Amino acid sequence: MKLQFPRIAGLALAALLTMGTGSAFAAGAEHYPIKEPKHVDWSFSGPMGTWDLGQLQRGYKVYAEVCAACHSIDLVAFRNLGELGFSEAQVKAIAAEFEVEDGPNSDGEMFDRTAVPADKIPGPYANSQEAAVANNGAVPPDFSLLAKARAPERGFPNFVFDIFTMYAENGPDYIYSLLTGYEEAPEGREIPEGTHYNPYFIAGPALAMASPLSDGIVSYDDGSPETLDQYSKDVSAFMMWAAEPSLDERKSLGFRVMIFLLIFSVLLYLTKKKVFQSLKK
Amino acid sequence: MSGGHSEYVPGNGFSKWLDSRLPLPRMVYDSFIAYPVPRNLNSWYTFGAILMVMLVVMILTGVTLAMHYAASTELAFQSVEHIERDVNYGWLIRGIHANGASMFFIAVYIHMFRGMYYGSYKEPREVLWILGVLIFLLMMATAFMGYVLPWGQMSFWGATVITGFFSAIPLIGEGIQQWLLGGFAVDNATLNRFFSLHYLLPFMIAGVVILHVWALHVTGQTNPTGVEVKNMRKETVPFTPFATIKDALAIVIFLLFFGWFVFYLPDFLGHPDNYIPADPLKTPAHIVPEWYFLPFYAILRAITFNIGIPFTDIVLIDSKLGGVIAMFASIAVMFFLPWLDTSKVRSGNYRPMFKICFILFAIACVALGYLGSRPAEGIYTILSQFFTAYYFAHFLIILPILGRIEKPDELPPSIADAVLDEPAKAGRGRASSPQPAE
Amino acid sequence: MAAKTKAGSPEPTRRDFLYIATGAMGAIGAGAVAWPLIRQMSPDASTLALASIEVDVSAIEPGQAITVKWRGKPIFIRNRTDKEVEEANSVELSDLKDPVARVADDEGIPATDLNRSAGEGKENWIVMIGSCTHLGCVPVGLAGDFNGWFCPCHGSHYDTAGRIRKGPAPLNLLIPPYEFVSDDTIKIG
Repeated sequence: MKLQFPRIAGLALAALLTMGTGSAFAAGAEHYPIKEPKHVDWSFSGPMGTWDLGQLQRGYKVYAEVCAACHSIDLVAFRNLGELGFSEAQVKAIAAEFEVEDGPNSDGEMFDRTAVPADKIPGPYANSQEAAVANNGAVPPDFSLLAKARAPERGFPNFVFDIFTMYAENGPDYIYSLLTGYEEAPEGREIPEGTHYNPYFIAGPALAMASPLSDGIVSYDDGSPETLDQYSKDVSAFMMWAAEPSLDERKSLGFRVMIFLLIFSVLLYLTKKKVFQSLKK
Repeated sequence: MSGGHSEYVPGNGFSKWLDSRLPLPRMVYDSFIAYPVPRNLNSWYTFGAILMVMLVVMILTGVTLAMHYAASTELAFQSVEHIERDVNYGWLIRGIHANGASMFFIAVYIHMFRGMYYGSYKEPREVLWILGVLIFLLMMATAFMGYVLPWGQMSFWGATVITGFFSAIPLIGEGIQQWLLGGFAVDNATLNRFFSLHYLLPFMIAGVVILHVWALHVTGQTNPTGVEVKNMRKETVPFTPFATIKDALAIVIFLLFFGWFVFYLPDFLGHPDNYIPADPLKTPAHIVPEWYFLPFYAILRAITFNIGIPFTDIVLIDSKLGGVIAMFASIAVMFFLPWLDTSKVRSGNYRPMFKICFILFAIACVALGYLGSRPAEGIYTILSQFFTAYYFAHFLIILPILGRIEKPDELPPSIADAVLDEPAKAGRGRASSPQPAE
Repeated sequence: MAAKTKAGSPEPTRRDFLYIATGAMGAIGAGAVAWPLIRQMSPDASTLALASIEVDVSAIEPGQAITVKWRGKPIFIRNRTDKEVEEANSVELSDLKDPVARVADDEGIPATDLNRSAGEGKENWIVMIGSCTHLGCVPVGLAGDFNGWFCPCHGSHYDTAGRIRKGPAPLNLLIPPYEFVSDDTIKIG
């Protein structure tokens, strides 16, 4: 008798699952991205995930030398780069390469000064209008949150499994796949002038950005392979960090909290059993 | 089980002094220590306590977030990221608050379905049920306005679409919408009033929760048999320690589930587009509300046809207004549930036909939720219409008829008969329970 | 939330231990929850990062002063005239209401003018937190009975070295941590 309600809830869930798979083929129009993102084995995935600081530093290098020509990273300050393992002096030196606008001074004028660690990393364009003009009308998106803002829908039933597998790397997987996914448009497919075919692109068959990375364009000094594949992984990891710098803190604190709750629940269970024993004697 | 009787005995001089002036300890004692609960409550009855904890968690994290949040279209998005990045433990507090909304709704839906299955809304608990529906409505308003605050793309377009409901009202709709928004579109004025109301409503929820608990303690809890308590000594146990420890265990298990999302899947329940700052000039490809609104969203979109006088061109209700009416009606109908269900038998356990209908109703709700997340086209629209029809039929046709035609199973004469192996030996449960008072 | 530890059980110690352990766990949990909620009110990372600023003082002539904002408070930077320095030097320490220099990193030293100024060779410079030590108003420059600063809120008079001489304020104006990183630039914080 007591089990009625759970059994009914289970039945309802089972019915939903059947229905979900049934209607999966219902949609007619083409679905983007054409290909699902490739899965990369990230150091920060899973319950014990942590940053690979070497990778993040390489990723920053790729960003600074290639991506930063068009893409800003407005929410990240130079001081945050300290979290990538750069020393305070290194952070200062990186900041010193940039000029930021400050002011007004006592004459009422804005002036440029050397950036300090407390400043946000300045972007390549003064505003989105300037960015649009320089890029044929397509504003290059800001990198700060892109790893979270670009996550192709996982669809049913994948999203259910994701709860158990803790799969939350959809964003960096997508960016990696996009960067390594440029190819010739298949025959018979028309793509708009000035765009580049990429089956991993989230919003259509082709995007305005040409393949930005290629083998050997950034030099690494830690012996990592200087390949498109490695660059793409590193910059994707860097972008995940930029989108959520507290990710590793979240996972390590989470582990402690979950262990605590687990022990607490066992103790409560035993206490509850003891308390209710007095009823059944 | 009524509120009139109290077993509280003040222990010392101060308690006596206070008891004759402000009997707060007496109230707490009567409500949370000596308060008798049926001894056969199962785990589904712990969600009330879980919801109480969730309300406290949301208010605590919300008040702290408000210390750092800036309600301005220029600053809102950045201030949320400032919380995530710079504020000490900001990422944790925001993670708890954002995921907490979903957890709150998971718990409230289970709580509601439990009430529907065990007939908790039936006489004499109609007011208790109505207060609950009121809390649900307030929760929906609070959650909706809270989702606007981060000022991402989904915040902005969600607010635009939802406030658009009001423009469906004939003649005065446009004016009402502008009054709500404080402008011609969702903008700074809207964001500021949403923040103000988002801060206010939880305290109103807390107020209604107090009434809800009060009403509960007047009528007493239902139990899985649906048979009222007949013998207090035999069939009830004191709230403390029995219900307290059980609730505590359920809360911690629920927190484990909650923590799984906060720590490992913090963005699972949100939408990626909300990490793009609001842009009034660009609509996302698919606007979807948060998952807990999806069934209602599906009902809104299911009305794709005008309702008019047959065989003429006169339109009485156009599809837009029809959708809005249907959506509000889907919640409003719950207020009437105590009178729509005509069965004299309370618990679904003893109602074989109701049991099937309940499963179908639950499936319809979940299906509507799924359909709400799909684009409104083709087969999805047809399915939405079908399940919307079923949703209303459950309340308006099935429940009223079922009570008349269904032949319920035989009810146990008392709770004791249903749960105690040897009902003849009276008074056993209470006699050996720990002493409730000090 | 922990249950009562009332006797009546055949094995009181084991049961009591369980109850105490559960209760303790609950208390620890509540404490752990309180910590982030308290900690979030402390200055955040972006505020701490701004804790030091650099100020160009090359344009300040003797007898002039500027006010800059540091950690949300006004900082007075004054290039004093020789007369003002002399005035400050002529005061006996025993005449001072507060004989301590109130320098950020060296609290105990006496409130001589040299100790309060930017130091040997830069005696003309004085850098102070422009917040009255009484209740935090901003004193007015070149005012009061001692030609230094005067707080209009409750009438505290400071001399040309920013030392409290008359009125309700208990301490000399505080000196923030700062240094001349070059002849023209002061780094505060």
